[in-house]
Amino acid sequence: MRRRLIATIALFGALTFVCCLLAPIVGSTPISLSRVFSRTIPFADNVDAQVFFVARLPRVIAAALVGSGLAVAGVVFQALLRNPLASPDTLGVSAGATLGAMIAITFHVDIGLMGITSVPLASFVGSAGALGIVYLLAAARRRGTSSTVLLLAGIALSAFLGALLRLIQLVADFTDTLRNVRWMMGSLDVASYAPIVAALVPMAFAFVVAGALPRVLDLISMGAEAAESRGVDVRRAERIALLSASLSTGAAVSLGGPIPFVGIVVPHIVRLLVGADHRLVLPASALFGASFVIICDLVARTAFGPVELPVGTVTAIIGGPFFLWLLFRRLA
Amino acid sequence: MAAVPATRVIRATYFAVFAAFVAFSLSAGPQAQARRVVSIIPATTEMLFAMGAGDRVVAVGSYDRFPPEVEKLPRVGALLDPAVERIIAMRPDLVILYGTQSELRTQLDRAQISYYPYVHRGLADITETIRSLGARVGVAPQANALAERIERQLADIRSRVAKSPRPKTLLVFGREPGTLRNIDASGGLGFLHDMLETAGGADVMGDVKQQSVVMTTELVLARAPEMIIELRYARGDNADDADLREWNALPAVPAVRNRRVYMLHGEEFVVPGPRVAAATERFARLLHPEAFK
Repeated sequence: MRRRLIATIALFGALTFVCCLLAPIVGSTPISLSRVFSRTIPFADNVDAQVFFVARLPRVIAAALVGSGLAVAGVVFQALLRNPLASPDTLGVSAGATLGAMIAITFHVDIGLMGITSVPLASFVGSAGALGIVYLLAAARRRGTSSTVLLLAGIALSAFLGALLRLIQLVADFTDTLRNVRWMMGSLDVASYAPIVAALVPMAFAFVVAGALPRVLDLISMGAEAAESRGVDVRRAERIALLSASLSTGAAVSLGGPIPFVGIVVPHIVRLLVGADHRLVLPASALFGASFVIICDLVARTAFGPVELPVGTVTAIIGGPFFLWLLFRRLA
Repeated sequence: MAAVPATRVIRATYFAVFAAFVAFSLSAGPQAQARRVVSIIPATTEMLFAMGAGDRVVAVGSYDRFPPEVEKLPRVGALLDPAVERIIAMRPDLVILYGTQSELRTQLDRAQISYYPYVHRGLADITETIRSLGARVGVAPQANALAERIERQLADIRSRVAKSPRPKTLLVFGREPGTLRNIDASGGLGFLHDMLETAGGADVMGDVKQQSVVMTTELVLARAPEMIIELRYARGDNADDADLREWNALPAVPAVRNRRVYMLHGEEFVVPGPRVAAATERFARLLHPEAFK
């Protein structure tokens, strides 16, 4: 097992490493690496260095963070709710984050905290609000309540938040509506490192917690009773898992927008490749999710240059056929 | 078959011609003079007031702000949510709507209310619209005078800046507050692009044949604009020059290096109406202050 784990991490890690290395070099503008790292040209005058360090590198890091955050959250939600269709959007955390962002855009909310601007901040607050409601629901669960209840509650909350969203769209000014729609398509051109650092804090917490979860998730995905008979405090484990996955979702969505498809399909692709053992699925999903979003963003910014595609459309256009191909190959 | 007497044929022809004349006068009657006009488009509302037909406007759209008289008028929705019932209740004899509002057109057809379909295009089309709208409402001479005045002002601006070099300009009309994310810039189509070019600027995104382009920081660096103009038009937007400091993250951009990043406030920049010449002049004064000394 240990050897398989090392091999899996090495393989997926290598893919992520190559993506991180190549993605900042490629783009719609040709740049010369010798100019990027030149010591003779001052940074203020060095266009190539600014394209690399201001435009592309933060973007690639944000893509990696968003991809791994959503993929890990997807793995945890699918195991926790024992439902292959569960995703970071299922419990309403993503809708909460979107609602927060829409409020900030529509009502021109002017808040900022340590370099984090109003839209991502409001988005994270929105996700935390939705998480609070879901968490209370989970905490109020009695012994024997099925995860279906949580799932239904999540769907109801998502629908409710979705209705509020539409209400806000209705009162929004015309250009603000356009900006809202644009935000919902996802964008990783973060243009500075501050939002990345801000998202990194909740995500690091979520990843550390997720790192301790694989065995528990394996047992829970077999059924709560089976898990309890093996001595797992299911309710406590569920709450911790829920909290970490939601934090990760909130941070990812507030950083890059609600990029679809990653959270639901990356875990499945990884399971098709490495099997269902969460010790392998969790780290592999984190790494594959990162690579997947980096590649999709690369396509988004180069395919129809100089105009960009929204990264959210690319994740679905590339991810859908790829997933179907994997499924067919497995069935054949 | 019996032959029809010639006198009956002549009488029938006279009758048909008379009937056609009556029908034409009846249908043309309300077209010639619109007395109760509903305009749900800010640009056409401004045009009507500027051509002296403001007293005929009985209701306006949700986004109409100018001239101040519109604040007192009832609102009847806009592009996405026209309130058909309220529009009909105003008993208009002319409704000015967007050409794309096909559902509203069908409903007005059913209610036998005439409409004027407005199409939003470039700068040259603004005076064209003023002329045809004036003819439709029945104030053609005033409308033609207004259109000529605007065309003269634009021609004056054009000639003032004709000999000056044209700085490569990025025209931004929206971005996420406090950051350089989701920058909306003018592309090579539409009245904003035309205004910029008339004012003596070279649109740095002019080759992209779209009205708006989503800019990334990489694209700003690659296009290297010599001047950046940011437009603010929302009511209550108190942004000032301090809010331009985010551009300092891109010091290699000539506009940033040479401190030629500006902010202009005013809703006239997003309304392709009669204030367009004044708005163009504001661009020109920024781009070529020497031409206005």
